[in-house]
Amino acid sequence: MSETNPKFKVTIDGIEVEVDPGTTILNAARMIGGDVVPPAMCYYSSLEGSGGKCRTCLVEVSKSSEKDPRPMPKLVASCFTPIMDGMEVKNKSSEKVIDARAGVVEMLLINHPLDCPVCDQAGECDLQNLAYEHGKSTTRYEFERRTFDKVDIGEYIKLHMTRCILCYRCVYTANQLTDKREHGVLKRGDAAEIGTFIEKNLKNDFIGNVIDVCPVGALTDKTFRFRSRVWYTKPMDAHRACKCCSSKAVVWMIGDEIARVTARKDQYGEVKEFICNECRFEKKEKSDWIIEGPRHIERSSVISANHYEVDAPVHTPLLNKA
Amino acid sequence: MDRKLLLEHIGVEGIHTHDVYRKQGGYKAVEKALKSMSPDDIVEEVKKSGLRGRGGAGFPTGMKWSFIAKPEGVPRHFLCNADESEPGTFKDRYLMEKIPHLLIEGMILSSYALGCNQSYIYIRGEYMYILQILEKAIAEAYANGWLGKNIKGSGFDLELAVSAGAGAYICGEETALIESLEGKRGNPRIKPPFPAVKGLWGRPTVVNNVETIAAVVPIVNEGGDAYAQFGIGRSTGTKLISAAGNINKPGVYEINMGITVEEFIYSDTYCGGMKNGKKLKACVPGGSSVPILPHYLVCKTAAGEDRLMSYESLADGGFVTGSMLGSGGFVVYDEDQCIVRNTWNFTRFYHHESCGQCSPCREGTGWMEKVLHRLDYGHGKMEDIDLLWDIQRKIEGNTICPLGDAAAWPVAAAIRHFREEFEWHVNEPKLCITKNYGLVNEKKFEPVNA
Amino acid sequence: MSQENIQLPEDLLQEVGRQIAKFPEGMQKSALLNVLHIAQAHFGHLSEPVMDYVARLLHILPIEVYEVATFYSMYDTVPVGKVKLEVCRTGPCMIEGAEKIVSYIEHKLGIKDGETTADGMFTLKTVECLGACGYAPMLQAGEKFHEHLTEAKVDELIEKYRNNPKANYLGL
Repeated sequence: MSETNPKFKVTIDGIEVEVDPGTTILNAARMIGGDVVPPAMCYYSSLEGSGGKCRTCLVEVSKSSEKDPRPMPKLVASCFTPIMDGMEVKNKSSEKVIDARAGVVEMLLINHPLDCPVCDQAGECDLQNLAYEHGKSTTRYEFERRTFDKVDIGEYIKLHMTRCILCYRCVYTANQLTDKREHGVLKRGDAAEIGTFIEKNLKNDFIGNVIDVCPVGALTDKTFRFRSRVWYTKPMDAHRACKCCSSKAVVWMIGDEIARVTARKDQYGEVKEFICNECRFEKKEKSDWIIEGPRHIERSSVISANHYEVDAPVHTPLLNKA
Repeated sequence: MDRKLLLEHIGVEGIHTHDVYRKQGGYKAVEKALKSMSPDDIVEEVKKSGLRGRGGAGFPTGMKWSFIAKPEGVPRHFLCNADESEPGTFKDRYLMEKIPHLLIEGMILSSYALGCNQSYIYIRGEYMYILQILEKAIAEAYANGWLGKNIKGSGFDLELAVSAGAGAYICGEETALIESLEGKRGNPRIKPPFPAVKGLWGRPTVVNNVETIAAVVPIVNEGGDAYAQFGIGRSTGTKLISAAGNINKPGVYEINMGITVEEFIYSDTYCGGMKNGKKLKACVPGGSSVPILPHYLVCKTAAGEDRLMSYESLADGGFVTGSMLGSGGFVVYDEDQCIVRNTWNFTRFYHHESCGQCSPCREGTGWMEKVLHRLDYGHGKMEDIDLLWDIQRKIEGNTICPLGDAAAWPVAAAIRHFREEFEWHVNEPKLCITKNYGLVNEKKFEPVNA
Repeated sequence: MSQENIQLPEDLLQEVGRQIAKFPEGMQKSALLNVLHIAQAHFGHLSEPVMDYVARLLHILPIEVYEVATFYSMYDTVPVGKVKLEVCRTGPCMIEGAEKIVSYIEHKLGIKDGETTADGMFTLKTVECLGACGYAPMLQAGEKFHEHLTEAKVDELIEKYRNNPKANYLGL
C-alpha cells in the first residue's frame, strides 16, 4: 500500500487495526484474526455479490466513526458494512451479538436434518462448526422439518437440498465461473430451493467448484460420497500440469490412493484459486499429481487428528501474532 | 379545515378521464412548475410542506429527494411504488382507480424535480385492471402533450410507463421493487448502497408511494407552506386512511391529520361506529405490520390524552402502549374477534411473503406460524407464549429488510397486550375452539415481557 | 407440447414488443414479469417449454425465467382450471368470513384449496391480501375482483362462468 493512501482506523473488540478505505468490518477482523473474526456462512470473498444473507456475521457498531460517534441502531452484517475511520465494533464482546447469533444458528438448524453421522461434509462443515461454537445442544423446534429428494445434478455432483442453508454461494459461483448458469434459487421463503427446475445436468468445466463453496453437505462430490470420513484421509498439497486451471489442489489420500481432490481452502474455508472438473473428478491416480507435502490443517479441526505436524507453517503473520 | 386535497373532485362524473380532470383544474401544477419553477424550487416546496412518505415509514419526502446522487451523464429514475399489499391497506388502489391523472401529474412533477426522464409505476400484478386504467390515462396524457418530448415547450422530456408485479408483498420494499422491475426475483438488496446512489440498473433512483406522489400536486399548486397548514405538528397535510373490519362504513377516507381516533371510528363522516352495536376490542391503525392496540389504548394514550390520527400521536408510548400510522390501513376488531387467530393469520401472511433470502425471516416466520396455529387450535403449551416472544425478538432488527420487523411486531404486540387471551387458549383447549375470549380488562400499562 | 408448437400469435408478439419497448435498450429483462403475464394468459400456465420460449424472446437464460416464475405467486407452473377463483384469506377478510366462503366453494365444486375441478373449469386457491379489505370477503377471478361476497353471490358467479364459454384467465 502506498503511503499516500490514508488508512482508516477501526477497533474491533478492543483491538485496533488500520485498513484501506472500503474494507468491510469482516475483512478488517480477519486482518486481526483469532476469535475476533465473526463467523460467515454465506459471504465468500472471491464471489462478487455474496454475503449479507445468513446473518451469522452480525456485529454491533458502538461508534459509527470519528465524525459521527453515534452507535448504529441495529446490528449490522459485518461482511457488507464498510469501515469508517474511527469506527468501534463489538463482536464477541457484545451480549447483543452473542444473543442474536445464537438466534441465527437456531434458525439455520430448525430445518436442517442434523444427519452429520451420515453426511460427507461432517468434519469440514461450516454449519457444524458454527453450531458447535455458537449454538445450543437442544432445540425448541417441535415440528416436522422441511425435506427434499436428493437429486443428481450431473455426473459428479449430488444435490441434497434438505441440508442447504440457502447461502447462494453456488449460484454466484455458476454466475461468475461459467458463462451459462443452469441452476438457481427457485420458489421463495422457506420453500426456496437450489435447483435446475427440470432435472438438468450441470455441464461446465468449472462447475465442480460449487462443491467447495458449499458451506454444508448440500452439494457433494459423487466420486467421494460415502468413501471415507474426511478425518481418515490425509490431505496433501499437490499440483499437476493442467491446461485449464492452476491445478493448485489438495489430494485427500487413503493410504496410497487418492480418495478425492479439492481446491485449496484458506483458514476461512475459502478457495482463492478454483480448479477444473478434470483435476477434481478425473485425476485420481497418484501418478497424475506432483505431491508437494502435507496440507496444513488447523489443530482445532477434527481432520488434524493423528496428523502430526512439527512447527506448523505460519500462513498469516497476523493470525499467530499472540 | 375539512377541505380535501387529493380526493376533492372524486365525486365528479368522469374524473378518471383527462378532459374532466383537466376541467377540474388538473395539470395546472405541471403548467405552473414547467413555466415558473426550477426543479430545486419544487424540492424546496416539498421540504417546506413537511410531507412524509405515505407508504408506511413516514420518512420526510423532501429529505429523501435531496439524497439523490447526481453524477454527470448518468440517467436517474423516479419510481412509483404501487405495490400496495399491506393487509388492511387499499387506499392507493382507490386513488389510482378513481383519479389516475392525479398520480400521473404527481409523477411528472416529481420526475421534473429530480431530473428524471424515464419514470415507472410499479403496480402489483393483482391490480391488473387498474394497470389498464393507468395505461389508458397515460395514453391520454401523451396525447395531450403532458408526457413525451419537450413537454409543453419546456424542454423537459419524460417517458412514463407502468410495469406489473406478479404477487409478492416483498416488492413493496423499495430495493425488492427495483430488483423486480429489473425482471428478477423480489429479493431486497443489502444496504448500503441506497437506491438514491445505486438503484434501478445501478443508477440513482427515488421510489415513492402513490399517495406521496399525488400529494406533490397540491403542494405545487398551493405552495409548501399552505400544505403545511393542514394536519398537526410534524404530521402535515391530509392522509388517506383505508378503514376495514367490524365497522359500519368501511372504505377510503381522506382525513386532515389531527382528528381524534374516536371521531374517526365513531363519527358518521368516517367509519360510522361499530357494526351491530358491538364493543371495540382492538385496532390495528396502520396496516398489519404495526402493533395492535387493545381497546383501552385506541382512543386514549396511556397518559389519558386523546389519541389523534397523526404519526406522533399513534406512536405515543412507543411500542409499549402505542403503535404507528404506517400505511393507513385501519382495521377495527369487535369483541367477537380472536386475537390469537388474528395473530396467526397475520403471521401466516408474513411466512407466505418472506422472500427467503436471510435466515431469521425465512425460518422464523414459519416457526411462529406453526406455534401460533397450535395455540389457536388449543394444542399449545404455556411455554409457547414465551417461545413466540423469543422468536420474534430474534427476528426483529436482524434481517436484511423490514419484513422481518413487520412480522415480529404484530406478534410482540399481541402478546404484550393480550397475554391473558393466549393463556386462556392454553388453559381452555376445548372452549377456545368454539368461543372467543372477549374483551381484555383495562389494566396498568406494565409491559409484559418487555 | 414440443418447442416448435410454442409460439405467441402476432398480436401478442406485438404486445411483448410494447412491453420490451418500455425499457431502455439492453434492459429487456425488465419486461420479464409483464411478458410472463402475457404468456400465462395465452398458454394457460407456464410450462417449461413456455418458459424456455420466454427466455428466447427476451434473450435471457432459461434459469432466469424459472427463478422468477417460481418466486411470484401469480404464476402457475402447473396446469390450472380455465377460471381461477382466488379467495383472499388475510386478516380483514378472515374476520368478515373468508373461511366460510372458501368452504362453501369447496363444498359446491367438490374440490379443496389448490385443486382443480375434474372438468378443468375451476381452480380454487386461497391467496394473501388483495387490497380489498374494506369490501370483504372477496375473491379474484382472472383480473376481476368480486367483493362483498355471499353464498348467493358465489352461486351466481360460478353459474356465470360456467355458462360463458369465453370464461378464461382474464375473467369476464
